[in-house]
Amino acid sequence: MERQAAYLRNALFDQGYLDEQFLQLEDLQDQANPHFVEEVVKLFYTDSVRLIQSIELTLKNTPRDFEKLDKIMHQFKGSTTSIGAKKVKKECTQFQEYCNVGNVEGCIREFQEVKQEHAALKRKLENYFQLAREAR
Amino acid sequence: MIVEGIRGDAENFPVGMRVLAVDDDPTCLKLLETLLRKCNYNVTTTNQARVALKMIREKKDRFDLVISDVHMPDMDGFKLLELVGLEMDLPVIMLSANSDPKLVMKGVTHGACDYLVKPIRIEELRNIWQHVIRRKKVDSKNQNRSSDQTKAHPASGEGHGSPLAGNTDQNGKFNRKRKDDDDETEDNDNEYEDNGTQKKPRVVWTIELHRKFVQAVNQLGIEKAVPKRILDMMNVEGLTRENVASHLQKYRLYLKRISTVATQQANMAAALGVKDSGFMHMGSLDGFGDFRTFSGTRLGNVALSSYPGGMLGRLNSPGNVNMRNLTPSTLIQPSLAQNLSSSINSLGKMNLVLPTSNQTPSLFQGIQPSLELDQLQHNKGTANFTSINNSRIFRTGSAGAALGSSNNLLNSPMSNPLLLHGNTQQPLSGGRFGNQSAPFTSESFNNGVSDPANENWQNRVDASKMHPNTLLSAEPFHSQLPLNGLRDNNSSNGTYLQNNPIDLSSGLALPPFEDSREMQCQVGPMGDVQNMSQSWSEQRQGSGIVNQKMDIYTGGRSSGGASALVQQNGKLVTESIPRSNEDFLFEQPKLPSGLTPQGYDSLDDLVNAMIKREQDETVPNGEFAFDNYSFGAGM
Repeated sequence: MERQAAYLRNALFDQGYLDEQFLQLEDLQDQANPHFVEEVVKLFYTDSVRLIQSIELTLKNTPRDFEKLDKIMHQFKGSTTSIGAKKVKKECTQFQEYCNVGNVEGCIREFQEVKQEHAALKRKLENYFQLAREAR
Repeated sequence: MIVEGIRGDAENFPVGMRVLAVDDDPTCLKLLETLLRKCNYNVTTTNQARVALKMIREKKDRFDLVISDVHMPDMDGFKLLELVGLEMDLPVIMLSANSDPKLVMKGVTHGACDYLVKPIRIEELRNIWQHVIRRKKVDSKNQNRSSDQTKAHPASGEGHGSPLAGNTDQNGKFNRKRKDDDDETEDNDNEYEDNGTQKKPRVVWTIELHRKFVQAVNQLGIEKAVPKRILDMMNVEGLTRENVASHLQKYRLYLKRISTVATQQANMAAALGVKDSGFMHMGSLDGFGDFRTFSGTRLGNVALSSYPGGMLGRLNSPGNVNMRNLTPSTLIQPSLAQNLSSSINSLGKMNLVLPTSNQTPSLFQGIQPSLELDQLQHNKGTANFTSINNSRIFRTGSAGAALGSSNNLLNSPMSNPLLLHGNTQQPLSGGRFGNQSAPFTSESFNNGVSDPANENWQNRVDASKMHPNTLLSAEPFHSQLPLNGLRDNNSSNGTYLQNNPIDLSSGLALPPFEDSREMQCQVGPMGDVQNMSQSWSEQRQGSGIVNQKMDIYTGGRSSGGASALVQQNGKLVTESIPRSNEDFLFEQPKLPSGLTPQGYDSLDDLVNAMIKREQDETVPNGEFAFDNYSFGAGM
């Protein structure tokens, strides 16, 4: 179990899903805060749903309000940065670039990517936490 | 936490340092909280800026440091920064996922003592306590100066160890400037003691008091004015020679700054060309950018100074002329006037300010028309104001706005602060300014105005923010001066800006502006205004003080005519100051018609009023600014 959990965790790093920031989170986990990482991730996913929905809605309105989109995405990106979600963050940046140039198609496409990465990471982390919990 | 007022765990500082963390993103907030706890700080969190403000306000000494995100839905982080800095004089650290230098600059100009980029590493948080120490030292120094300086403790108070060395040096240097080791040790000593225990009661330099002070100084002659004689002349019970000495020091710095700015303005004016439009552009363009920075403010000041000339001119043609022709020593006033005008202009357009330069002839022209326009176009002005100095400018802006409405000075954010000062200074409007500027200034605007235009201001205002407060609260003047200088980030800007705000404030006194400005300020609705004023006054205290003083000084300089104004202002101001926002609402600035070219005296009053306001922390900002300005006008 432990090995499996560790393996999964390393894979996440190797595959670029997570970056050093995640390590910071882990560092903060200790006796006083035994489930810190999981809590933060959970918090992230709960909160990010609202942001994603907001972007969806804004993307539907025409003409596209790029400034608003950029603003929401900036917020979203801030969160993803905090937990070290590397791939998601990358897609966010890409999305913002499309916003800056007013590329609607690009934004829509990129947003799909963001959502995908966001969901993929969620699954992986959930697995990992599951294993880690069982291993304890 | 043992005792509420005490700064955390004094012995083990920074352990237990009380930090307030504000971030609307729950993920980031939780992370921040945990990081801070890991550093052994005492952490309080909230995801709303308004709640944060409330918490800070309800108990002055509750926190040592505030960390806030920049992008928040309920209130802009910079706005919070300004308010906290002005009202509470708490160190504030900004946080953002965005590392854009423009934002960082904005943070600096608004008074942040640091700007961190997410994701934050724990190492970055381990050293943030230095900002607390630094500020305490500065405060301590300011306070200690007034008190007796017999304490001669070794630098034990200095630091909590070597890390403080850096801070100490800074403070030490500052101390040294004043007095040599005595101050330093004294400050250190006091700081050390005071930090943990209680602060020495500050002398509140009310408008009245300041006016007396300026009168005394003027009577003695700025060169011959020594604390002892000033004290005797003022004949105020309970005032010590030290109080006067430190106040005098601030005043001197203020004057110096004014004259420097005036020079700059002159240059700017020259560069810009005297045209109004030229002014405006200048201000708005580079002027603003510069204003933001240290130099920028200068211009603003310069502009302001010229403006006052104009303003004065308007009110008192003879007065104006005099102003302009004032000798360098006396120029201070004109400079202030200029600043006022500049500020006013800036409100409308920064540009205007610039042209004013010391020469001001051109400025006056530019300003005058603008002034007149302003008056007519309060609205314009206000609108401008808001944009310029949301927080600050409004205050003065109101006045300035009115003035500069035509000018659209407001565009230049920088100018706002200046304008504000200028406005206030404009004792021309006489009483109005005093009243107006004080309350009205940025505070009201800020609240009311919150639009993007304000944003500009904010940036500018940041710097100016410091000022508006000063303007309005005459009191802050004294305290602020030193503070402003001391502030790490803002010092340069802050100081300058501070002057400006004051100017504006005075300028704001103009009743006519109020109307238009009020729009902006008033928008804030009294409530906002009040808040504004509060924050404003508070801010001013820090930064504004310097400015206000300036204004006051200029006011003092002005001819006797101004005295009438001053009185008015003083009256108005004083009234408003002690009161909470509500009061001001009712206390409409009598200035409008009454103001008439009383001259600088009113400025003095204004300044005093402003200072008073500032000092009067409890008195919501609204008091100052709002009283005169917003409420009177059109609210």
